Amino acid sequence: MQRLILRNKRPITLISAILVSGAYTSHYLLHQEPAAQVMMLIASVIGVLPIALQAYQALRVKVVSIDVLVTIAVVGALIIGNYEESAVVTFLFLFGDYLELRTLNKTRSAIRELTEMAPESALKMMEDGSYQEVDIDEVDVGDSLRVLTGAKIPVDGQVVSGEGHVNEASITGEAVPVGKQAGDQVFAGTILDNGTLHITADRVGEDTTFGRIIQLVEEAQDAKSEAERFIDRFAKWYTPAVLVLAFIVWLVSRNIELAITILVLGCPGALVIGVPVSNVAGIGNGARQGVLLKGSEVIHDFSRVDTMVFDKTGTLTIGHPEVAQIKMYGEDQEETQSLLYSVESQSDHPLARAIVKHLAGAAAHDVEQTDVVKGGGILAQVKGRRVAVGNMALMRQEGVTMDEQARQDAAAMERAGHSIVLTGVDGQLRALVGIRDQLRPGVGEDLGRLRRMGVKNLVLLSGDNQGTVDLVASELGLTQAHGHMLPEDKAAYIKDLQQQGHIVAFVGDGVNDSPSLALAQIGIAMGSGTDVAIETSEVVLMNSDFGRLPHALGLARATARNMRQNIVIAVGVVLVLLFSLFFSSWMNMSIGMLVHEASILVVILNGMRLLRYRLRPR
Amino acid sequence: MKRATIQLETLTCPSCMTKIEAALKGLDGVNKDTLNVSFSSSRARVEFDESKLAIETITKRISDLGYEVKKAQVKDA
Repeated sequence: MQRLILRNKRPITLISAILVSGAYTSHYLLHQEPAAQVMMLIASVIGVLPIALQAYQALRVKVVSIDVLVTIAVVGALIIGNYEESAVVTFLFLFGDYLELRTLNKTRSAIRELTEMAPESALKMMEDGSYQEVDIDEVDVGDSLRVLTGAKIPVDGQVVSGEGHVNEASITGEAVPVGKQAGDQVFAGTILDNGTLHITADRVGEDTTFGRIIQLVEEAQDAKSEAERFIDRFAKWYTPAVLVLAFIVWLVSRNIELAITILVLGCPGALVIGVPVSNVAGIGNGARQGVLLKGSEVIHDFSRVDTMVFDKTGTLTIGHPEVAQIKMYGEDQEETQSLLYSVESQSDHPLARAIVKHLAGAAAHDVEQTDVVKGGGILAQVKGRRVAVGNMALMRQEGVTMDEQARQDAAAMERAGHSIVLTGVDGQLRALVGIRDQLRPGVGEDLGRLRRMGVKNLVLLSGDNQGTVDLVASELGLTQAHGHMLPEDKAAYIKDLQQQGHIVAFVGDGVNDSPSLALAQIGIAMGSGTDVAIETSEVVLMNSDFGRLPHALGLARATARNMRQNIVIAVGVVLVLLFSLFFSSWMNMSIGMLVHEASILVVILNGMRLLRYRLRPR
Repeated sequence: MKRATIQLETLTCPSCMTKIEAALKGLDGVNKDTLNVSFSSSRARVEFDESKLAIETITKRISDLGYEVKKAQVKDA
């Protein structure tokens, strides 16, 4: 019975609409007063059923919900024989409920689009060796799966056999298909453009990279800010308080009409729904545009950021450094090359990788011992010789001597904006390598845009030499640039900025910048979709797309503004209603319910504007 | 402990979440700290002790409140 009534809320709303309009017709046009009264009575009784049921269910778990207020109000109106008010109030409440559902579904559409990209079925190898299409939930880790051309890869896994090209745009943003063959990793939610693959499942469902992204977006939409938690607590006590207030008013004035009107006016609907709606719409917009904002607290802080600090390599630059220039000193250049090559092969530092790539083919020696000097380079023993590869500081520490020529060469490289790697062998400088990393295309424009949006300080912090850093800073018009920074120096610098009262966002690739990402009010990670940085930062630019940064800031500001508007609308409406009730004569239960439902729709529609938010060009 | 993910019908109001949360918190064997009812995805996630109650108890409790349970998935926590 319960279920039957709740299932049929929509038909009930319709019947109640027909009855109410029928009643008004017979009242005003046909002047059939008894018929009108009967219809209003029936409409009230039918309409209040689902509301009363919901109220009862809420009370059972000790929650005083809005339904409770409305039910008491309607029953009160019935008792004093005001069937018109009771019918209109129930109808408006049900109709408002329906409109809320419709519009809320719209605000959630952005997330639904994302979840719809998730794979739903898989071709799984059964015990008899045949393949059968099964629901994605029935796939476990270790299962063997077959993926056909055009299908979605159902899990994160490894290719066992077969070949094909996969479009990984949903994870990496790169629309260029990637070739896959035995041994390669594939990701859930990516699409096999051609070929057939056989894979084993490593991670399934919510554990896949794609599943984690969806989950983070969902959690972000539900993560509550301090303000929202306050509203929640407020609403929890507010509803019973309205009940008590109405009761007191009735005791004092003996005016049932007034008391039940207070019950209807007191519904906190717009207040409760206003902030979550802005939140869901704002984060949904971001998710669609490659920006993950983790919750409303993050949005609030991000909208107030006045200082942005950037890492250089991999953030402002592409992050694929290349050797631009090599200068050799001393006689045996071939030996220098092979020593440098051998030592750098031991490291996965981006600069080391660039050198290894450049010297590919040089003779490799066994490296007997390596010590990584943090913020310096590598010390190694090769063929009984002591080899130091790293920056100027490391050379000084090792007592490596440089002649005048080398000094001039180094200065020239620095002026050209190259990062410099020096090689010393047994205390003698043997090579200078100048390495260049290209700026990301469009970075200058993006930074200019941030400046026009009112971000006062744009700071570059880098472990690179000051010459390179200055060159980048002047090219991009940054306000400050500091080189020779270790990760802990960067963190200290950010702390300093915060103590001066700045609200700081740090933008980095998250690999070695995690202290800074964590320390800044807003840590912005350039996520390639597979990074751990996605978990630790507050904002993620998916696909490492720096160009999304201005949109992210604009969206955060628009969303924060939207939330404030909704709070003002909601509180304003309740105040105006209560004021009119006590100091004017036009207020009654029906008008109160109408205004109340209208205010709910206004905040939802206001929130929905965020779905279409776009940064204005220029 | 098991971890349940319960897909509900589309939730229309934040107070629905409060109701469901309150209802599930009252069940013996439910880990209250892990309980999370998501408004945006209309999904409830919770860890529970399978020796104390079955997933059906949880889903029944929700449907008794008047919310339709579309799908319930249980995994090892």
